[in-house]
Amino acid sequence: MALPQKRSMSLPRIRDQLGSFAFVLPAVFIFLTFYIAPFLEIFNLSLQEWNGISPTRIYVGFENFKELMSDKSWWVSMWNAAYITLIALTFQNALAFALALACDREIFLKGFYRVIFFIPPVLSEVVVGLIWSWILYPGLQDGQHIGLLNYFLHKIGFSHLVNNWLSDPKTVLTCVAVVHSWKGFGWGFVMFLAGLQTIDRQLYEAARVDGAGSFSVFKNVTVPMMLPVIVVVMILTILGAMQAFVLILSLVGPSGLVDYTSVPVTKILEAMTRQNRYGYACAMGVNFGMILIAVSFCLKKLSAHMKQA
Amino acid sequence: MVNKYRVIRATKAVSVHIFLLAIAITCLFPLFWMLRSALMTNATVFTDKSLIPSEIYFDNFIKAWTEGQFGMYSLNSVIYTFCVVAGIVLIASLAAYAFSRLHFPGKNFFFYMFVAAMMIPLPGSFVPLTVLMTKLGFINSPYTYVRQLGYILCMINVGLSLSILLLKTFFDKMPPDLEDAARIDGCTKLGIWRHVALPLARPAIAVIVIFNALNVWNEYILAMLLLNDIPNKPTIMPLQRGLMVFQGAHSVDYPLLMAGLSIAAIPIIIVYLLMQKHIIKGLLSGAVFG
Repeated sequence: MALPQKRSMSLPRIRDQLGSFAFVLPAVFIFLTFYIAPFLEIFNLSLQEWNGISPTRIYVGFENFKELMSDKSWWVSMWNAAYITLIALTFQNALAFALALACDREIFLKGFYRVIFFIPPVLSEVVVGLIWSWILYPGLQDGQHIGLLNYFLHKIGFSHLVNNWLSDPKTVLTCVAVVHSWKGFGWGFVMFLAGLQTIDRQLYEAARVDGAGSFSVFKNVTVPMMLPVIVVVMILTILGAMQAFVLILSLVGPSGLVDYTSVPVTKILEAMTRQNRYGYACAMGVNFGMILIAVSFCLKKLSAHMKQA
Repeated sequence: MVNKYRVIRATKAVSVHIFLLAIAITCLFPLFWMLRSALMTNATVFTDKSLIPSEIYFDNFIKAWTEGQFGMYSLNSVIYTFCVVAGIVLIASLAAYAFSRLHFPGKNFFFYMFVAAMMIPLPGSFVPLTVLMTKLGFINSPYTYVRQLGYILCMINVGLSLSILLLKTFFDKMPPDLEDAARIDGCTKLGIWRHVALPLARPAIAVIVIFNALNVWNEYILAMLLLNDIPNKPTIMPLQRGLMVFQGAHSVDYPLLMAGLSIAAIPIIIVYLLMQKHIIKGLLSGAVFG
């Protein structure tokens, strides 16, 4: 027996709704203060010149953005991030996918592998960076290579490959990308494996009955069914790789090869804490955020397009 | 013929296993190397490459814990993690329950505000956030607990959106019968939230606890910007920040640094091994929404 809903605002009804609103009040308050306010402020600040201390802020319009467009070091940092992202997208995700395919059947030690592959992702960037900086350590002592990688290369007869990995401009960014992939692939693996396990086994059998080979099954059944998961993993890989700042800081160090390892977050922090240019730092953040949104939007469009085809 | 196929299948299976095993070793070996190096002295660590050092030396751990302040850093990390996670569980479960079950004007607007926050990446937001925290007096406060509170509030905000979303979807799927029964028995809204909804939501809360705890434990950038030590007072830095400070100060003492790294890494690995199902569930659901 449904009573007709009362539309008039009676006093008990108002009190009831106020009580309900009190449930979300703490969340809304924290969110407005620590998320929405900085969110609006970043756009406001990006149009100003301000050193962070002075009471006067000078409105400069789009000057910060204009300067940014011709700031070579900013685009270098963007390129560095793109390079790390590219390696993460290809190498890291291909590895994660291959491992997920290998574990998507009843094989010996499956549970063990699933547990082990996810250990690097739970470690912090600082821990991962510092461990690898020790493994990639350069130099010799008493005629022996100090770093484990150089020592190992020497031992297995690849002495010509021995390198100062983290102080050589040619290798440092690749090292960052590889360590980043080491930290991240287990996470893609878990996502891919979860996706693979939702695929109906009967689809595979049907394809086999129709005479499809392994590769054909992979191409015509697995990949199309996995497309939504692949897109999500790609977007998150891009967002993760673009922010590799902490890993770089701990792996290469604050003073090491800045021009070869800077990513946008490095430049934002530098503009803020070293040069005290808060407006410029915010303009960088806005610029970078828009690029990230554009890239993930394009990926989503592309996947929708591929689904139709 | 039968034999040939068998051989091919066996070779395939073996090569798949070699591949998996090789990757598993690549995952574990750096951690093993960290632990091994932590058990050596400065004199031997640069030259001795044996897998298990001839002389095991525990002093680095003691030295890191006391002189390297890793005891304090660990305690700080535990405090931050506990406060942030407790705050998120309380605030997010209240809000998620209201978004799922209660009625008030503006409900959808506020809910989609939280959803939108997860969709938009804002890489430079720490700049205005630092400005705001300075303005509000958190960063340079003469009281340590005010500085710590500022960091805790910011970290609660970081985890809030995803936690609300996760919990709301959980509450939406929950049958309302028990809540109806409690209401007929004269239970208030707050009482229903506390005695009916929260206990039922335990699996979702476990995911939120683990997911956010990992996040806070591993966070670095905000800890770097918001937490400055007051001279002559105990440090308020968490582990990740402490590791970087420590590395800057003891850049040559690798065994000591590796001991510090072990102190930061081993608890997380143990927690992960104990709770891996919840952790993986949390990360998967986070990814689905993200």
